[in-house]
Amino acid sequence: MSLAIFKRQHSVLPGFGPTMGVTLLYLSLIVLIPLASMVWKSYDLGWAEFFAKAFSPRALSSYRVSFGCAAIAALVNLPAGLLVAWVLTRYEFPGRRILDALVDLPFALPTAVAGIALTSLYAPNGWIGEPLSHLGIQVAYAIPGIVVAMIFIGLPFVVRSVQPILEELDPDMEEAAAILGAGRFTTVRKVVFPLLQPSLLTGFSLAFARAVGEYGSIVFIAGNMPMKTEIAPLLIITQLEQFQYSSATAIGLVMLAFSFVGLFAINLTQWWSRRRHGQI
Amino acid sequence: MARSESSRQATGDPAWIRRSLIALAFVWLAAVVVLPLMAVFTQAFAQGGGAYLESIFSDETRFAVKLTLLVALVVVPLNTVFGLCAAWSIAKFDFPGKSLLSTLIDIPFSVSPIISGLVFILLFGAQGIWGAWLSSHDIQIVFALPGIVLATLFVTFPFVAREVIPAMQAQGTEEEEAALVLGASGWQTFWRVTLPNTKWALMYGIVLCTARSMGEFGAVSVVSGHIRGVTDTLPLHVEILYNEYNFAAAFAAATLLAGFGLVSLIAKKAVEHGIRRQKILSGEPS
Repeated sequence: MSLAIFKRQHSVLPGFGPTMGVTLLYLSLIVLIPLASMVWKSYDLGWAEFFAKAFSPRALSSYRVSFGCAAIAALVNLPAGLLVAWVLTRYEFPGRRILDALVDLPFALPTAVAGIALTSLYAPNGWIGEPLSHLGIQVAYAIPGIVVAMIFIGLPFVVRSVQPILEELDPDMEEAAAILGAGRFTTVRKVVFPLLQPSLLTGFSLAFARAVGEYGSIVFIAGNMPMKTEIAPLLIITQLEQFQYSSATAIGLVMLAFSFVGLFAINLTQWWSRRRHGQI
Repeated sequence: MARSESSRQATGDPAWIRRSLIALAFVWLAAVVVLPLMAVFTQAFAQGGGAYLESIFSDETRFAVKLTLLVALVVVPLNTVFGLCAAWSIAKFDFPGKSLLSTLIDIPFSVSPIISGLVFILLFGAQGIWGAWLSSHDIQIVFALPGIVLATLFVTFPFVAREVIPAMQAQGTEEEEAALVLGASGWQTFWRVTLPNTKWALMYGIVLCTARSMGEFGAVSVVSGHIRGVTDTLPLHVEILYNEYNFAAAFAAATLLAGFGLVSLIAKKAVEHGIRRQKILSGEPS
């Protein structure tokens, strides 16, 4: 790729050439070429074999588990995240900064630590798992366990997407609605909520996408039974360990395609959000 | 920042709603986030302080800590230099394809960590594109330190760039132009004008990058081969101990990681505080 297409507009600042060169070189070496290698490798397979491996019954079941559980977890995080963002931006109370810091904990805690911690909590002899097991509910080593881990890692996304929008929201509009006779509930539903919708959607998609690709915090609690509680990222690892490189590549490519669609969708919702927000 | 809503009767919520929503938020975060953290420390000390110290200072744990720190020591400076280069070229200049470049930089955020490891197996593994060439030259990348470094570089690639780009963009170019007109060299301008103005964002990015590079599990677990005492980083060491039913030792090692995580969280909050202060000092609305 020639630098000529990145020809900058006239500027007196120096250093465009070298910094752009380093950026493109490094981006290509660390990210683009490795990702391209996966597409390259799957060419060796041919269409028929690719489809057989990417959509085998076991692979399909793993997509169902990954995408299904991720959707449930993101749906749980949607109202919960809105609640936390609302409380953090609207109310002044002791411990607000601690609450705010706690939201970031799932980002800060390494996934393997989260994984074993959640497993010990929800195992049949754990603090939460034991009372639940008396009620006949099994969380760890079953589908609910996967959802619990995905709720944990997705928690910050909705809060952090909604929070800045809620902070910048002009209180005059709510006041106007109230003066015009709208009740508090109507004001929130008809004035505040529509303005938050794009950011809620962004938060939902970020949490969903993260949960689909997540491995570390889920693998301990999931039980990992093929066709039942096996997530797609784990299936890739299993295939690699059995030297089934073509299978791993095919499933990996499906996941990668999903990531790109997700990235595109998230950019689209953010663009939509900016446009909506800009109109206020 | 929370506004003092009590003065705004029309837009404030009734006290009972306010209290119950705050309580609900606390209960939710306690159940989802605080309980797991407490479980880590309780389990780690389940067999007493002596057993805890013994597993923390075991040779294997010490090796894992060293390897983890070594990987961070290689990865963080590389991604910091890259982040500064990317930020300078994207934030200070206009060129076609700018938003595409920003999107490309963000790719590692949206790719599963397993894919981040898998691509390096496909490039450098025994059956990989470069596999035959590498083995004929006796170079080992996957199942060795270079593979772990590469996978970690991929995963933590956007962190510094992501934070510094908007900070440099917000700052504009007038101050640099003034410095250059007054006779400063390009380097002087960067060190004396650009860097001081973006230092908080840079530190924020470095904190996030460091935390992630020490805690990364999925990508590293694909490329490492789990060779004990050779390629097991601290997160992998936790997994190995746990899968051997050595729970107390696994949680003891996990407290080290949780400790790193908590320190990074506190550093992050301190840096956020710094960013807010800088904004207030420079007269921007926060």
